[in-house]
Amino acid sequence: MAGDVVLETEGLTKEFRGFVAVNDVSLRVHRGAIHALIGPNGAGKTTCFNLLTKFLEPTRGTITWQGRDITRAKPAEVARMGLVRSFQISAVFPHLTVLENVRVALQRARGSSYDFWRSERVLSRFDDRARELLADVHLSEYEAVPAGLLPYGRKRALEIATTLALEPEMLLLDEPTAGMTHEDVEHVVALIRRIRAGRTILMVEHNLSVVSGLSDTITVLTRGHVLAEGDYATVSANPEVRAAYLGSEEAA
Amino acid sequence: MNAVPLSQRIAFAAMLVLIVASPFVLYPVFLMKVLCFALFAVAFNLLIGFVGLLSFGHAAYFGMGSYVSAHAAKVWGFTPELAILSGAVVAALLGAAFGWLAIRRSGIYFAMITLALAQMVYFVCVQAPFTGGEDGIQAVPRGHLFGVVDLSSDFALYWVVAAVFLAGFLFLYRVVHSPFGQVLKAIRENEARAVSLGYRVDDYKLIAFVLSAALAGVAGGTKAIVFQLATLTDVNWPMSGEAVLMTLVGGIGTIFGPPVGALVIITMQNELATILGAWVTVVQGGIFVACVLAFRRGIVGEIQAKLGKPL
Ligand SMILES: Nc1ncnc2c1ncn2[C@@H]1O[C@H](COP(=O)(O)OP(=O)(O)O)[C@@H](O)[C@H]1O
Ligand SMILES: [Mg+2]
Repeated sequence: MAGDVVLETEGLTKEFRGFVAVNDVSLRVHRGAIHALIGPNGAGKTTCFNLLTKFLEPTRGTITWQGRDITRAKPAEVARMGLVRSFQISAVFPHLTVLENVRVALQRARGSSYDFWRSERVLSRFDDRARELLADVHLSEYEAVPAGLLPYGRKRALEIATTLALEPEMLLLDEPTAGMTHEDVEHVVALIRRIRAGRTILMVEHNLSVVSGLSDTITVLTRGHVLAEGDYATVSANPEVRAAYLGSEEAA
Repeated sequence: MNAVPLSQRIAFAAMLVLIVASPFVLYPVFLMKVLCFALFAVAFNLLIGFVGLLSFGHAAYFGMGSYVSAHAAKVWGFTPELAILSGAVVAALLGAAFGWLAIRRSGIYFAMITLALAQMVYFVCVQAPFTGGEDGIQAVPRGHLFGVVDLSSDFALYWVVAAVFLAGFLFLYRVVHSPFGQVLKAIRENEARAVSLGYRVDDYKLIAFVLSAALAGVAGGTKAIVFQLATLTDVNWPMSGEAVLMTLVGGIGTIFGPPVGALVIITMQNELATILGAWVTVVQGGIFVACVLAFRRGIVGEIQAKLGKPL
């Protein structure tokens, strides 16, 4: 399955006042793959995401996206190159309606965002596409509801619909199923399966069953560095992974 | 969602009726003052209410608008509309430079930088010869609108000021309810998310800042034509405080709040000045504290919350 490498890091390191949160991480994400990043709480997964999407500056190391060095790029530029992230804490625009949330993304991708002299009515030309995206995540009936009032699981679904509106080449999903009911988790997993066509996905996940069924490659992170990498069978058979990951799971 | 809500249509109609009827009952000069400050507060509210940026230096744009318009009308012999326009252009340029410096910071740092830059402008105005120092620029001619309509009577000038206010008010309404305004809302609600969607948020903040500064310049320029005077008061920090206070009293982030706040504060200053003298400042301070502590939504904000309809 492995396509060419789209996203690559070399020796990626982030220190917070001496504390090394991400330590010499070299990742290769292949085109079209679902790549999972797992590890106990505090392993540095979110920090890693923040580095990849440029929300944080790396202390050392390089990031390459489709052959381009993006180590010093700005976060908005990275998003414009097709590398779009979600957040661990669900990120919606709470006072905008569900439909407007998706439209904000469509508007960015398709123009007219700087037009301060035109009526917002021109945005209604995005409504059809926004409704399609909402239908995909089973949110059609909520389109007029302010996003802040949605239950948690549906906020996550909305966030994914908003991200997909940009038609990104690569999605970075930070714990897309965190805090969800079992039913919602199944929804999201099914959704990720549907949207993977033509895309690359890097996801942080805590829920091992989600990872086992979905991902082509798993990278295990502990205390900032890569402990193991491979498919689910390889990684889960690794005694160090079992000790580090399962040990802390029991402790938690 | 896309049509103007009924509540706002009614409020706008009421405001129009007041604007048209009041000069037959009240002093036009008082009303013109209210309208100038209402526009100033509306301009300020674009930033605090719709971008979430607290500028504490809007006196700089109001004051420069005032000085430049006064100078253009008096020294260059500009017609009043061109004089006000020059004030707006200079305020916008100043806003572009200061905004560019300030938007890189947020919260209290943003407020501090805008204040510091505005104080620089104040000190320049104290020293620069063209401002007339302590005297200011006096005896500014009101001139003829488009070189034709004589504005020396208060009543004639009133309609021009009312038109300027309405144009500015409607313009800012449009900005807030434009594709651009939608992005501003998104940035205010969740900036990190807006960035992750690829929005260059600094560009949006800067454009909003420049628009706000330009409108503040229009307000200052109009004020200079009305009172035929531009002074250091226009450009000093308490003037920035007026914008904050009026917007806070009226309701931050509401459409009709800032004009209501301006009306309340100017009326209070006028009425109480004769009774209380210098104590007006103390009363104002008290109102400010009361608003911050107990009355955060402001007058229009409270009404809006009671009605459950946008105003
Ligand atoms: N901005 C920050 N400043 C200081 N320490 C941080 C910061 N962000 C994360 N950390 C630390 O880095 C470590 C990794 O955090 P994080 O990447 O959020 O872990 P994970 O997502 O794997 O649970 C944690 O110990 C956390 O406390
Ligand atoms: Mg995390």
